[in-house]
Amino acid sequence: MSEQQTGQSGAYQAHFRVWRGDPDDGGLTDFRVEVHEGEVVLDIVHRLQATQAPDLAVRWNCKAGKCGSCSAEINGRPRLLCMTRMSVFDRAETITVTPMRGFPVVRDLVTDVSFNYAKAREIPAFVPPEELAPGEYRMQQEDVSRSQEFRKCIECFLCQDTCHVVRDHEENKSAFAGPRFLMRIAELDMHPLDAASAAGLDRKRTAQDAHGLGYCNITKCCTEVCPEGIKITDNALIPLKERAADRKYDPLVWLGSKIRRRKE
Amino acid sequence: MAHVDRQTWDVVVVGAGGAGLRAAIEAREAGMRTAVICKSLFGKAHTVMAEGGIAASMGNVNEGDNWQVHFRDTMRGGKFLNHWRMAELHAREAPDRVWELETWGALFDRTKDGRISQRNFGGHEYPRLAHVGDRTGLELIRTLQQKIVALQQEDEREFGAYDARLKVFQESTVTRVLKTPAEPGTANGGRVCGAFCYERESGRFFVLEAPAVVLATGGIGKSFKVTSNSWEYTGDGHALALLAGAPLINMEFVQFHPTGMVWPPSVKGILVTESVRGDGGVLRNSDGKRFMFDYVPDVFKEKYAQSEEEGDRWYDDPDHNRRPPELLPRDEVARAINSEVKAGRGSPHGGVFLDVSTRMPAEVIKRRLPSMYHQFKELADVDITAEPMEVGPTCHYVMGGVEVEPDTAAARGVPGLFAAGEVAGGMHGSNRLGGNSLSDLLVFGRRAGLHAAAYAASVTDLPAPDEEQIAAAEAEALRPFRAGDEEPAAGAEPPENPYTLHQELQQAMNDLVGIIRKEGEMAEALKRLAGLRARARRAGVEGHRQYNPGWHLSLDLRNMLLVSECVARAALERTESRGGHTRDDHAAMDRNWRDINLVCELAAPHGGPPAADQIRLSRRTTPPIRPDLLELFEQEELAKYLTDEELSR
Repeated sequence: MSEQQTGQSGAYQAHFRVWRGDPDDGGLTDFRVEVHEGEVVLDIVHRLQATQAPDLAVRWNCKAGKCGSCSAEINGRPRLLCMTRMSVFDRAETITVTPMRGFPVVRDLVTDVSFNYAKAREIPAFVPPEELAPGEYRMQQEDVSRSQEFRKCIECFLCQDTCHVVRDHEENKSAFAGPRFLMRIAELDMHPLDAASAAGLDRKRTAQDAHGLGYCNITKCCTEVCPEGIKITDNALIPLKERAADRKYDPLVWLGSKIRRRKE
Repeated sequence: MAHVDRQTWDVVVVGAGGAGLRAAIEAREAGMRTAVICKSLFGKAHTVMAEGGIAASMGNVNEGDNWQVHFRDTMRGGKFLNHWRMAELHAREAPDRVWELETWGALFDRTKDGRISQRNFGGHEYPRLAHVGDRTGLELIRTLQQKIVALQQEDEREFGAYDARLKVFQESTVTRVLKTPAEPGTANGGRVCGAFCYERESGRFFVLEAPAVVLATGGIGKSFKVTSNSWEYTGDGHALALLAGAPLINMEFVQFHPTGMVWPPSVKGILVTESVRGDGGVLRNSDGKRFMFDYVPDVFKEKYAQSEEEGDRWYDDPDHNRRPPELLPRDEVARAINSEVKAGRGSPHGGVFLDVSTRMPAEVIKRRLPSMYHQFKELADVDITAEPMEVGPTCHYVMGGVEVEPDTAAARGVPGLFAAGEVAGGMHGSNRLGGNSLSDLLVFGRRAGLHAAAYAASVTDLPAPDEEQIAAAEAEALRPFRAGDEEPAAGAEPPENPYTLHQELQQAMNDLVGIIRKEGEMAEALKRLAGLRARARRAGVEGHRQYNPGWHLSLDLRNMLLVSECVARAALERTESRGGHTRDDHAAMDRNWRDINLVCELAAPHGGPPAADQIRLSRRTTPPIRPDLLELFEQEELAKYLTDEELSR
């Protein structure tokens, strides 16, 4: 460690391995790169672009953990590049940055996330209550809080990337919306004024029948990687399963409620 | 030249932030086939960064609020340079635009009686900002995104294709607005007929043919070193308008948000929401003093508390106390912080202290300011419930932009071109109030979409963009790949690294055309910009066109350099201080400048040497404020802003 330090609290040289390539071919490339105090992994990727690899492809935008663009895998763990501080790693450690494994590679760290946009289109939209004009909506804070938690989602798609139902099972993708979009159904289902049922739409049933809720076996991988700390499994998926189970028996609901009770 | 794909649409919207998406919804609902093109993924636009809220005088928290009060606050905030008609439309229509979002599924924080909650903010007389914690921008963008998806679902049911009437071209960039040939002997300099674009992922070029183009590209912050803006903010729409022959106004007015993070260096500039102060946070210098009491300017003296006690009482009893000076408009607070740091009373990392930890219980902070808690904890190891934040000014917003017709958002001088949101000028005058941006996006995004649709429907005889124009746009976009072998006459000059050029540009703008400006420094900035323009012609890239960030930056440099010249040239010309333009050598506000807009136009529309001046300045006055709007102010207050001649009318 000490030989790599160039100053007590200042810059040091880190060892990075970055996946470079395209759909046909690719591999890890080694870099030695300077790191300054307080930096995040995205800063280092940008330094590589500016000094060693000007065409290194990376998707990013706000650099403040608010837009969910810079999703990738750091030492195998799905994370936002802009919210992963270099100080969490040992200075001697080799830091490996790879694209999200759950989606097809476009180039370098950039993946094709169109799966998510396709799924988003399949979830029926909010149905406004016919009897209320704009400005007449009245809702209590405690009633909107549940859906608000899910609306914190920045659509980084790390949960979609990590979910084992689809991570290494391409064949499940067509039938399974993934945690982000099952959570979207839960959000609409818990919206105090959503008029879906009045319009003949049973959101709970479509979650089960059309969007693959039954594939989820509540391993909570999605919750673990969520950079917004949304309790996807406990607060969205399990309640959705419970509601769905009103109509259809699902043994996992029973198991889920046991797990939750133990934690409380 | 390789064949370039062409597609035909009715309305093309450039940008998928709040203004662009709202415009697209309106154009599509008016029956027009609408294409949205954006540099990032759908739903990632810079609007997600907006934290505090949407200003709209719904009067849910204080019944005294109405559009007239909002109009008044907006004009005061902009130091009366605003185009009053835009400020009027904005104040009148903002409540409807917020309520409409609820019908599309938005979930704002609530009052006790179940209405949309509203919070205090700088420069707003009443609690006015509809909000969702401190992530209001995310709620706005997601709601609009989901409304677009809802419209696409309708089209899927009707036509069997989601994209039939509304399509988002994501991760694509427009480099030129295309026009019909000028008609010789007439004033018609050509109409809009499309946009030249490239797909970032593949590098493939394509043309969207359309009679109407709405610019909704946001701001210019990436020309400055310390900024709260994301990489997308390279002044694209500003430059596209200039290159298409449309003028920009008020480009000297750049807002430095008073509170950006100052440490660690890699996050310097990231925004710390004004809600921190709206909810009770205070600013202190290294002596522990609440210094803002020393910085209340004369025009605002009667409206702000004179003592800490009065300011503190205001949070619970706003009817009998005046607001604390931490809630002055942003330009005032940013200058005050700058002065404190310069006087040696700054914090360890060159900012001042912003403290909520001694003002609210920890759980209230975490509930009301969750993103801020998270941001400081994760990025700076600071627990804002236990210790103060360090903050300092950061380049945040440009008030200047495309000169538009207030009611229709049509750009002056180019039929078929529209602009809305940050890329449009006039609405905010010399300084924007917090919360007025999200409402601006919705009000004028809708208007731009509506009028672009009406215009597009009226056009029947539009020629397709000519091959010559498309070939020229293609050659311009490909220049960075030929930087090494082009122009042998220029000698042995090597290609330039676009990242280096960008850093030098940011440093120059930060140091020489920043928060406090001097004549000599701005003249120096113009010299440096000329040098950078010449070098940027040689910006060269490696690799190929597939998702190549070096190439993208090389192309964005053209826009940043054009816009930076507008800012520097207009700032040099305006010999007064007002709002987001502060001259060290002309420190006072001058009433004679109030209704003067500095207009920037392209000096040589058909090109010329890059080192030559690109921008020509002229002046245009805002029409006199309508009498019924003037009557909303006391005569005494107007006398501080308007000339004697204007007052005697």
